[in-house]
Amino acid sequence: MSVQSIPEKQSQQTNPTKGLRLGPLLAWVVVIALLVILAIGLLRTQQGPVNVGQKIPDFTLTTFDGQTIKTADLRGKVIVINFWASWCKPCEQEAADLEAAWRFYQARGDVTFLGIDYVDTEPEALAYLKKFEITYPNGPDLGTRISQAFRIRGVPETYIVDQQGVLQFVQIGPFRSLSQIKSVIDPLLQP
Amino acid sequence: MKKIKHFLLFFATLLIWLALSLSIFGARESALAQKADPSSISDDQVNAIAKNLYCPVCENVPLDVCGTQACEQWRQVIRQKLAEGWNEAQIRQYFVDQYGDRVLATPPARGINWLAYVVPPLVILAGVWILVQAFRSWKRPLTASPSLPEPENLSPEVLKRIEEELKKR
Repeated sequence: MSVQSIPEKQSQQTNPTKGLRLGPLLAWVVVIALLVILAIGLLRTQQGPVNVGQKIPDFTLTTFDGQTIKTADLRGKVIVINFWASWCKPCEQEAADLEAAWRFYQARGDVTFLGIDYVDTEPEALAYLKKFEITYPNGPDLGTRISQAFRIRGVPETYIVDQQGVLQFVQIGPFRSLSQIKSVIDPLLQP
Repeated sequence: MKKIKHFLLFFATLLIWLALSLSIFGARESALAQKADPSSISDDQVNAIAKNLYCPVCENVPLDVCGTQACEQWRQVIRQKLAEGWNEAQIRQYFVDQYGDRVLATPPARGINWLAYVVPPLVILAGVWILVQAFRSWKRPLTASPSLPEPENLSPEVLKRIEEELKKR
């Protein structure tokens, strides 16, 4: 080893422009982009259900009997959106009360009930509707798009929306009685 | 007489051919009828498809081992579809149409899902590159520290001493 070679190597190592190559810069850009995507994903999962006071995400429901219902066309009415499934035992607790509430308000014409069947199989869903004699519109949540838009955490969950499409009440779990359902809907209705 | 013999032979051949055709057709019909019976589909056949599906209710539990009622209903659907002659791809597509992409064990390679396929190999490549760079730097001979005095500033005596010391090693 010769001492004379030291200055050459030193000059190679101390070149300040070498640290600012395109490769590391690109690597940092990729890492930051990935972190941003990860953060967006985490924020989405942490958001929870649609909040009271927010406009609900509009959706189209195709019912089991082929009827198409768009929530955007239901402005001016109170909408009761109930997420349920045939395999869900707590859903059975409120099924009769929801149907009774629907029959109570149906004649007025300013309240609509929508049943969204979450992650279910059609024969069992239809058997459930028949068993509880449910007559308000019900349809499958195809592609789980509606439940994802509402970011539901399970079933049953019920969202009550006012005439302007703004969420006014969320019931996580089953309603306990018909009077409880009425106590939420009545204040939203015109006298 | 010869003509009658020929006719009888032709008639007998026709009858045999008809009987054979009917028996084959009948067997096929019965096979189809058997196939349409869900009980003829084994659990293994159902689970072969179910293991690649995930019910959104029971996250991270494959459908073949999931014990909830929802999953049991899904397995019944697979059984029914198999009995109706559907293949695996058709059944998977049915579940995607009904419940969305989230039922699949691996996300379809489209949209933002591409990241799941592109990022891991890129990260591995980047890791390999970093390792190679690290190994190369470790193999380089040790260089003088920048804090050392410049050799040209050293006196000839000092340089000579350094050379001698180095030779001793």
